[in-house]
Amino acid sequence: MKHRLLTGLLMASSILGTAGIALAQDKTLTIESWRNDDLAIWQEKLIPAFEKANPGIKVVFSPTAPTEYNAALNAKLDAGSAGDLITCRPFTSIDIYNKGQIADLTSLAGMENFSDVAKSAWQTDDGKATFCVPMASVIHGFIYNKEAFEKLGIAVPATEAEFFAALDKIKADGNYIPMAMGTKDLWEAATMGYQNIGPNYWKGEEGRLALIKGEQKLTDPQWVAPFATLAKWKPYLGDGFEAQTYPDSQNLFTLGRAAIYPAGSWEISTFNTQAQFKMGAFPPPVQKAGDTCYISDHTDIGLGLNAKSPNADAAKTFLTWVASPEFATIYANALPGFFSLNSSPVKMDDPLAQEFVSWREKCKPTIRSTYQILSRGTPNLENETWVKSANVINGTETPEAAAAELQKGLDSWFKPAK
Amino acid sequence: MSQQSLEHSQDRRPTRWHIAVFLAPALLVYTAVMILPLFGTLQLSLFRNVDNAQVFAGFDNFRTLFGDPRWSDSFWNALGNNTWFFIIHMLVQNPIGILLAALLSSPKLRFSAFYRTAIFIPTILSFVIVGFAWKLILSPLWGVAPNLLDLVGLKSLFVPWLGKEEYALTALSLISVWQFVGIPMMLIYAAMLSIPDEVIEAAECDGVTGFSQFWKIKLPLILPAIGIISILTFVGNFNAFDLIYSAQGALAGPNYATDILGTFLYRTFFGFQLQIGDPNMGATIASMMFFIILAGVCLYLFLIQRRLRRYQF
Repeated sequence: MKHRLLTGLLMASSILGTAGIALAQDKTLTIESWRNDDLAIWQEKLIPAFEKANPGIKVVFSPTAPTEYNAALNAKLDAGSAGDLITCRPFTSIDIYNKGQIADLTSLAGMENFSDVAKSAWQTDDGKATFCVPMASVIHGFIYNKEAFEKLGIAVPATEAEFFAALDKIKADGNYIPMAMGTKDLWEAATMGYQNIGPNYWKGEEGRLALIKGEQKLTDPQWVAPFATLAKWKPYLGDGFEAQTYPDSQNLFTLGRAAIYPAGSWEISTFNTQAQFKMGAFPPPVQKAGDTCYISDHTDIGLGLNAKSPNADAAKTFLTWVASPEFATIYANALPGFFSLNSSPVKMDDPLAQEFVSWREKCKPTIRSTYQILSRGTPNLENETWVKSANVINGTETPEAAAAELQKGLDSWFKPAK
Repeated sequence: MSQQSLEHSQDRRPTRWHIAVFLAPALLVYTAVMILPLFGTLQLSLFRNVDNAQVFAGFDNFRTLFGDPRWSDSFWNALGNNTWFFIIHMLVQNPIGILLAALLSSPKLRFSAFYRTAIFIPTILSFVIVGFAWKLILSPLWGVAPNLLDLVGLKSLFVPWLGKEEYALTALSLISVWQFVGIPMMLIYAAMLSIPDEVIEAAECDGVTGFSQFWKIKLPLILPAIGIISILTFVGNFNAFDLIYSAQGALAGPNYATDILGTFLYRTFFGFQLQIGDPNMGATIASMMFFIILAGVCLYLFLIQRRLRRYQF
């Protein structure tokens, strides 16, 4: 008993003692992220702006490679060595919230700046608790080489027929590879391909929610048709596209060797610095002229608080700042292509980013179909879609067979709530 | 006399503590970093995560792995690919290693130290470098492979090997062979150097020279070394992971054509992209890898090692 008291006293004094030291010193917050491309922007723009306004708090941005982020983060959270602030993937962060590893931020000051749709990717299914501050969304579309289009006299395609006519024309000319995309990294085919053109077929939110409710199946025509269109892309891709990686595709386009790049808006900032020619963008072409257009405006990044963070108060100060219009303005302009989810409108200077964001007015936005709920089980629908989209473009699997396999995998664990 | 001294020594033989003392550090370290984790893995494979709590599940995980059509398809696909990976190494790496060793040990060869070093260097390179370098060499856009083929007018033979289901695994196996051919070469080279000159001279006196000398004299003498190399290749190949991961990523594309047990284990254990990791199923796969390697090594030890004839000089 005496022993325990003594140990307790010693431990308490050591904790209090270090706490005292910590109070006197600057608090350091570490941000876990997969956006290693953004390191410079955090270090040069965002963090100095915050530190200037909040002396006494230091912030370190510590990114991991994108495909390894989830695995590395889960391991760190389990081991208790994760940073104070956790960058949240849309929808999957619910798992670490349920495990109690990230904190409930529903009552955080600044949360009122976001709409329910913006918060949906980081809420419990009943919408009662929000656990990440929404940071940005990305929009899918096609970026094209304006000079190539002018030289060949091609108008920006609005319908699918025009789109394929343009590709044919570029191919016949032979100076440019019509489309820069490879299937080696798999996700290009799914994210820039299937999820890019798909919403026009399954009518955005309507189809996505019907899939979750079990009213539609991936074998229905509106879900198979995007695969069939993807299969038609094959002749327009570069030689050896089967072994072309994502950086290869980016370089092909920015070096001016390809005319069209199936894109996500996150490419804008890298393309702006690398490409020597003028670029334009168009939304995924609709099937018939006059059809409603749908775009993938995907809530992509949020920021959460590690429940075990020793600096929770400082971290909350930081999160409130992230929720402010000030952060939104710096972020959206430093990273054109990551569009703020903040309700207050943000003025952006980049013309390409303005073009992307203008589609929000004329088209109906949706998010990627595989993210909410449908990727909670094994096999994981998102990862399977990567493999199947690549197969379809490679021509090793028919659109119907790929869709059937996906539905079979989904049926094996997913029971829609009716 | 001998009886007496034996009893004598038994009486006085002290407990030899120093053996235990000298063995202890290695034993402790090995137990802590190898044996305990191994049993930890085996134990993990018998549990399941139910509502954030580990629940004993018996052999249910193994039943899922072999009974569920999706899991078992992935497993057999990975095992099949792994076997092909191993076959390529046995058919290409080890014969080339023996050939190189035979050439190097030829007394007429000049610069043999240079060749030896040059061929061994890839072995000490990191997987990441090897994977990245070969990805670039074979790249259809900027690689030197298509240009080199073009120079000799064989551009039509170029295929984006790493992106084709039918070639990717073989291409990666050959990259791995390129990297590791130095190891069988060195081991066999050492074995060949230890063959006494008298044996070779006697063979020469009997008129056994050149290729038949290699076939009839040297090869039987280096067979034990070849046996060891085979088992090292087996263990190495069935534990392989890094090269596939660095060249093809964790999904081991295209269409899982290059998925081997190591990448399958990684994807399951740690998860990938939106897939959450499942440590229990991962441990189940790791246990199967352990059993497969154990079975292979036992088979070798009991069936082959004991039949190898050794020569003493």
